[in-house]
Amino acid sequence: MAIQLPIFMDNHSTTPLDPRVLDAMLPYFTQKFGNAASRSHSFGWTAEEAVDVARERIAKIIGAQSEKEIVFTSGASESDNLAIKGVAEFYKDKGNHIITTQIEHKAILDTCKRLEKEGFEVTYLGVGKDGLVSPDDVKAAMTDKTILVSVMLANNEIGTVQPLEAIGKLTRERGILFHSDAVQGIGKVEFDVQKMNIDLASLTAHKIYGPKGVGALYVRRSKPRVRIVAQMDGGGHERGMRSGTLNVPGIVGFGVACQIMMDEGKAENVRLEGLRERLLGKLKGALDEVYLNGSHEHRLPGNLNVSFNFVEGEAMMMAIKDVAVSSGSACTSSSLEPSYVLRALGVGDELAHSSIRFGIGRFNTEEEIDYVAELVIAKVKHLRDMSPLYEMHKEGIDLKSVHWAAH
Amino acid sequence: MAYSEKVIDHAENPRNVGTLDKEDPNVGTGLVGAPACGDVMRLQIRVNEKGVIEDAKFKTFGCGSAIASSSLATEWIKGKTVDDAETIKNSDIVTELNLPPVKIHCSVLAEDAIKSAIADYRKKQADRRAAAK
Repeated sequence: MAIQLPIFMDNHSTTPLDPRVLDAMLPYFTQKFGNAASRSHSFGWTAEEAVDVARERIAKIIGAQSEKEIVFTSGASESDNLAIKGVAEFYKDKGNHIITTQIEHKAILDTCKRLEKEGFEVTYLGVGKDGLVSPDDVKAAMTDKTILVSVMLANNEIGTVQPLEAIGKLTRERGILFHSDAVQGIGKVEFDVQKMNIDLASLTAHKIYGPKGVGALYVRRSKPRVRIVAQMDGGGHERGMRSGTLNVPGIVGFGVACQIMMDEGKAENVRLEGLRERLLGKLKGALDEVYLNGSHEHRLPGNLNVSFNFVEGEAMMMAIKDVAVSSGSACTSSSLEPSYVLRALGVGDELAHSSIRFGIGRFNTEEEIDYVAELVIAKVKHLRDMSPLYEMHKEGIDLKSVHWAAH
Repeated sequence: MAYSEKVIDHAENPRNVGTLDKEDPNVGTGLVGAPACGDVMRLQIRVNEKGVIEDAKFKTFGCGSAIASSSLATEWIKGKTVDDAETIKNSDIVTELNLPPVKIHCSVLAEDAIKSAIADYRKKQADRRAAAK
């Protein structure tokens, strides 16, 4: 089959809508357009029924006990904000300490920073060079004032999967609430709120081939019953936790996306891991100085984050412009700082600048992997031919011994 | 970020990539930037007895704009006298390549690379004259 360009291999940023999801959504834009909160006519009932089906599917994929534990939001950032601010506000008399990690998404980190300004204390745990949080570190950071621990399921840059079950045991023992931003891992790696003792979890549709603009927050209703203070006031939708008319077509799509994941995810993940290993094997086979960032073992099946030493990431992305990937290079961020996630792993800034994230997804093919591998290998060689650092490295100069004029 | 056509042209078809013999007394080498900052440029010039830059080469570790800035710099300085080459300003590079504000440091680095190569060349010449005395 001929390769269609451009190739999308950035499936951690978002994913294309599965056509089956779109088909399920379409009637809810037109004939079945009712407001799920309208209790007085069939238009509203039809919408509410569709929302209930989606709610059950979403509850099921995370192992929730009841569909009533699912609160719909506009997406994962809102879910993260609602979870952390909502818990902080409700439980502030109990304590003012929150534990999280340095590699969380900005929706967690910036929310925590805001709470710090309001008098909360936040511990940002470091990670090992494998990108994993140590449960012992979580345990050591807990105090009598700790009300919440928030640790992501899988990291969006390096795909590392955190030991949530071990952390959940600790939080449950101490009666501390446990939140997880599970966005990147749903359907891709094991996630079970019962088994892992998770009390709140942020979810989104568009990372699992559903639509953008719809997410959910799982809020445990029993053992313990978790309370949060709403951050959006209004009509009291979602049992008072999140006001606002429900995005019915989006929610329907979210539900179908979850159902497809439950039906096909297992086989899909095996395939994706195979593609990832194929890509990694080809790159490492043809190039020297290629480094995998983060744990190989505890990793999302479709994630490959590698640094091509002596080649700057943005130049690399420009050179392979028909392939959509992303980079931890500073040049791709407005702050001109390299990836804080790679920094937290202790990856040097020079290697962080050289990192490329391949996010392999449902619609990528083996032919595409082979095409990308060949292209990347050729372009890395080309860029190294014009890299003074690679030339110095080949001459045996230790780049760390050079006195660089930082600018 | 969208790149200007000129940046894309230079990045895809860089001019004057290569290495001159840094031991040659008529060659000046400038190495500026730092790997940790994400860009390192090495710009080299070979100057003839009339003080004219007869060849210029570069190698750059950096983003597309950094590669384009150094590629353009070598193009501009070739055939110029050392004194003329020294007057090239980073703002000239910004204008020519239509660099956005976030990429201005790339042009600054290219100007530094030219100045650094010229300084190296002059130092070598001065050392040689001193040794001859």
